[in-house]
Amino acid sequence: MFSDFMLTHAWLIPLLPALAFLWIGFFTRLHKKRSAAIAITMSSLSFLLACGVTWAVLSGPITMETPFVQKTLWFEIGSVRIFMGSLVDPLTAMMLMVVTMVSLLVQIYSVGYMAHDPGAGRFFAFLSLFAASMLGLVIAVNFAQLYVFWELVGLCSYLLIGFYYDKVSAREAAKKAFITTRIGDFGLLLGILLLQITFGTLDFQELKVLVPAYIWISGTSFMTIVGLLLFIGPIGKSGQFPLHVWLPDAMEGPTPVSALIHAATMVVAGVYLVGRAYFIFSALPVVMNVIAWLGGFTAFFAATIALTQRPIKRILAYSTISQLGYMMLALGVGSLTASMFHLMTHAFFKALLFLCAGAVIEAMQDEADIFKMGGLRKKMPVTFAAMTIGVLAISGLPPFAGFFSKDEILGAAAAVSTPLYLLGTLTAFLTAFYMARLLFVTFFGEASPGCPATETNAFMRWPLIVLAVLSSVSGLWGHFAGFGEWVYFGAAEATGIDWVIAGTSTVLSLVAIGLAYEIYVAKRWSAYEISQRFGVLYTLSFNKYYIDEFYTLLRRTFCDGLGRILYWIDLHVIDGIVNGLARLVGVLSTIFTFLQNGQVQRYVAVFYGGVIVLVAYSLFYAYKVLTLLGGAF
Amino acid sequence: MMSFVEMMHLALHVGLPHFLLLSAVLFAIGLFGLFTKKGIIAVLMCIELMLNAVNINFIAFNHYMPVTDLSGQLMALFSIAVAAAEVAIGLALAFRIYHDHHTVNVDDLNHLKG
Repeated sequence: MFSDFMLTHAWLIPLLPALAFLWIGFFTRLHKKRSAAIAITMSSLSFLLACGVTWAVLSGPITMETPFVQKTLWFEIGSVRIFMGSLVDPLTAMMLMVVTMVSLLVQIYSVGYMAHDPGAGRFFAFLSLFAASMLGLVIAVNFAQLYVFWELVGLCSYLLIGFYYDKVSAREAAKKAFITTRIGDFGLLLGILLLQITFGTLDFQELKVLVPAYIWISGTSFMTIVGLLLFIGPIGKSGQFPLHVWLPDAMEGPTPVSALIHAATMVVAGVYLVGRAYFIFSALPVVMNVIAWLGGFTAFFAATIALTQRPIKRILAYSTISQLGYMMLALGVGSLTASMFHLMTHAFFKALLFLCAGAVIEAMQDEADIFKMGGLRKKMPVTFAAMTIGVLAISGLPPFAGFFSKDEILGAAAAVSTPLYLLGTLTAFLTAFYMARLLFVTFFGEASPGCPATETNAFMRWPLIVLAVLSSVSGLWGHFAGFGEWVYFGAAEATGIDWVIAGTSTVLSLVAIGLAYEIYVAKRWSAYEISQRFGVLYTLSFNKYYIDEFYTLLRRTFCDGLGRILYWIDLHVIDGIVNGLARLVGVLSTIFTFLQNGQVQRYVAVFYGGVIVLVAYSLFYAYKVLTLLGGAF
Repeated sequence: MMSFVEMMHLALHVGLPHFLLLSAVLFAIGLFGLFTKKGIIAVLMCIELMLNAVNINFIAFNHYMPVTDLSGQLMALFSIAVAAAEVAIGLALAFRIYHDHHTVNVDDLNHLKG
């Protein structure tokens, strides 16, 4: 009974934060504490419901093959009937848990973080809407519903990245995020439309039956195009190369937003979409190869950039891109389990890292450059401990969360392609190095004399502790509780550890951390000299491979060039026609002005002259006609 | 060419040509006045002359042509009624123009010049 009740009320999970958004937006926007209370209450209720749903899924007969579906007619255009509802399977349940938990913790953290911000009410409204959109996306029953919430997530990211709208850089970053992800959304929309045209339905359960049959009958060629178009959406949303440029700039928003965007909501929407539509992607080898290689490349590429960045949140942003690349890589090599496992553990440790970074930045009074920090270990012991756990988790050291999920990905990659496995392992090495660099530079060494940092307040501290615990145990839990028997595609995967692969990556991570220790703490080698020796590589990495500059160049050349051409056309052709018409009227009016001189008697003369001419003409004509007829007169 | 008898006949027996001639002369006088007179009252009078020339034509044709109804006379009556209305408006306009501009010279009344 209880589990039935939970499943049939799963639709409440996105609805409650949406109600919080409306309530705050209309009534308590200006009241900081009341807004926070409403947002957190609704999030807590959502979280409890998500717990109930997860319990129902774990205890009931619901598996990946037999999900619980509940839907109602949303609208009808001609013969196209679009439904809205909730689809609950283990994947959904996992996502619901992660999203509600992280957004709840982020909202509690925000009470402390936004305490002195006059716009806090608006902030909580947007956070609630963000959570609602993401939860709506997660329980979507078809592509149409998913797309609506997908766009809502994009809108919320725009609102929250541009939260400090009086700062030019925040406004620019918000626009950049929105426009860049829109490029991806357009591809997704085309893919969805092609699906609707081809199959006449967007429902996941129906497509799951129709797509394999279609591929069996007419081959993969057409579906490959559809799959690639669908994949463009995740490229934009999940910050894969080459549409990753918006993600580091999204750091302009308040830090809790960065945590929410980068850990549990926006960026994993793309990964989730690929996972949700895995029955399409997994049947298309070409698309799977593209996903795997793009993911692997993005993971490596972003890690090399993160090596040299200085602002703390920017390092974390590139690490997010890199980890999302990992998830895509796992999907591409055919392991939904590994990808979703990593998505879950990453949500916890990345939220932890971002919230720690927020605490550090607030303690340092908005100083983001890690090289201007140092020695925070003694001043902020709780934050330091939490950050250390986060760094160990992302570096993949046992027994923290990242160890299990990352090694599953590496194992899945090794089973398919050796180059991808090597790329992944190299990325793991780089990840451990730059995360250790961040930790050592920020927290070790000597504090500068006037350093204002103190430990954070309770609202910010407790979410850190909860997330630190989750980052420590979620991997172990996932491994021993059989995550692979729960979230899988095709056949259930047994979660075993390949000790060669796991050992290699662990040793490499330890080496990387040791290396970072020698460079940044023991100062055995000078970081400056190393950067000088690898001058070109360092410059490339520090300037993010000049991709932003390249896009600027493209925009200058093509968009501005097109703009100049169109401006010329506007100036000379469009305006020319209008001005020409005006001039024509002017010339004609000059002639008529001359004729209209106001002398009545001249008008009469002209009129009478006209009459004479007409009469003469008609007489002449009548004469001719009569002559032809034989001359009666 | 007409013979003498015919000419005498034409001269002594008033018929359609006489009326047409009278009408044409009246019309020409009116037209000449319309072109040359400067006073607005005189111009109106000339227009009346032309209208009456036309009325004469109507009645003459009605009388001499083999028609059974009185459509020509009727048309003349209409024309007289319309002319009366027109003169009333024309004189009222002339009066207002004189009141506003202290002149009735049509050469000076060129305010609609483009």
